[in-house]
Amino acid sequence: MAKELFLEVVTPQSAIVSEEVQIVVAPGSEGEFGALKGHTTFLTSLKVGTLRYKDANGKERFLFINGGFAEVLPNKVTILAESAERRQNIDVERAKNAKNRAEKRLADKAADTDLARAEVALRRAVHRLSIKGSS
Amino acid sequence: MATLKEVQSKIVSVKKTKQITSAMKMVATSRLRGAQTSMEAFQPYAGKFAEVLGSIAGSAGEDASPLLVPREDVKKVAIIVCTSDRGLCGGFNVNLTSKAGKIIKSDLEGKDVSFTCFGKKARDWAKKQPQPIDDEFIGVVGGDVEFAVASSSGQKLINSFLEGAVDEVYLIYSKFINMAKQETTIKQILPIPSLEDVVGESVEEEKDSDTLVSHLCEPSSDALLGEMLPKNVFIQIYDALLQTSTSEHAARMRAMDNATKACEDMVDELQTIFNKTRQAAITSELMDIVGGAEALKG
Repeated sequence: MAKELFLEVVTPQSAIVSEEVQIVVAPGSEGEFGALKGHTTFLTSLKVGTLRYKDANGKERFLFINGGFAEVLPNKVTILAESAERRQNIDVERAKNAKNRAEKRLADKAADTDLARAEVALRRAVHRLSIKGSS
Repeated sequence: MATLKEVQSKIVSVKKTKQITSAMKMVATSRLRGAQTSMEAFQPYAGKFAEVLGSIAGSAGEDASPLLVPREDVKKVAIIVCTSDRGLCGGFNVNLTSKAGKIIKSDLEGKDVSFTCFGKKARDWAKKQPQPIDDEFIGVVGGDVEFAVASSSGQKLINSFLEGAVDEVYLIYSKFINMAKQETTIKQILPIPSLEDVVGESVEEEKDSDTLVSHLCEPSSDALLGEMLPKNVFIQIYDALLQTSTSEHAARMRAMDNATKACEDMVDELQTIFNKTRQAAITSELMDIVGGAEALKG
């Protein structure tokens, strides 16, 4: 029996990942979950966060996921993300700026700021930076 | 009859026009390739999404989401019109806007219609209509379409649908079938017609034995469905934008190809006239010389 699990990460723009992996850890909306081969069929929505997986050679890889859905089948995991970035494609400057902006907006608490939006923006920036930092 | 010089300058100008049209055709060809690539890149996502949606739609009830419930008394209708920003693509934009005009006069007679416009041509057209414009997006169709554009405009429409400001939403776009054929299509996107239709598309696209498994859902399948249905609306809008972009380039390519050919025909015709005129001039000159010689002899 092949030990591998097939991981597919697709976004509207392109397919980001399509390869055999050993394990996938994804940020589900009800909590982070890990999937190995033979996982029961499972469907969940995803939060903004980090998708981790070990590729066929056992190397750990990180992916930034901007929310979406995950479908887990015994031999395949499909991630439908609105957008996703590999670690090397993350723009640190942009994320830092976004983080500062969001923090400022949350701190100011002006009446017209969309707090939920600022919070999501902050979460995105923090996750991007933490992925970049965890090399 | 035109003088030799006039015909010649006309030939030159037609040739220059031909140069422009053939260059535009080449540009459209390369843009078309780009648009087609992004359309194809979107297919796996759309297909997979429909598949997943289909598999949970079966387990969820019909009243799982307010987006599914049709309104009994439809008063206000929003129409999304997708056209290109630029012209010179034959009847492409006119087809789309006249379709919108027709549907307002027939099916939507007596209802409050408002527009969401993608593309300059749609906006220009909608400005001339008595109905108001809710939203306009310029510089989207024909270039790099971003998913965020589709989702933000879609979210706005969903919000106004949920608030009751709008009872139905239609989408008018140009469906790309192949290089020679683009079809003006109208689609109802809100309320979502029926789950069977949504699911039907997925079955066509991917016949996978895995599709029919029932999933363990987290959170509940109804909650998931509630989250996925708006996304489905965004996907449809995004798909429409991609298709319209691709169709625009295909239509322009064909229009420019026709124009180039027409220029060639015109040059041929003008060349014939030019030759005839020149011949006539030579003949009349010869006649003069012969006439002069005869006169000297006599």
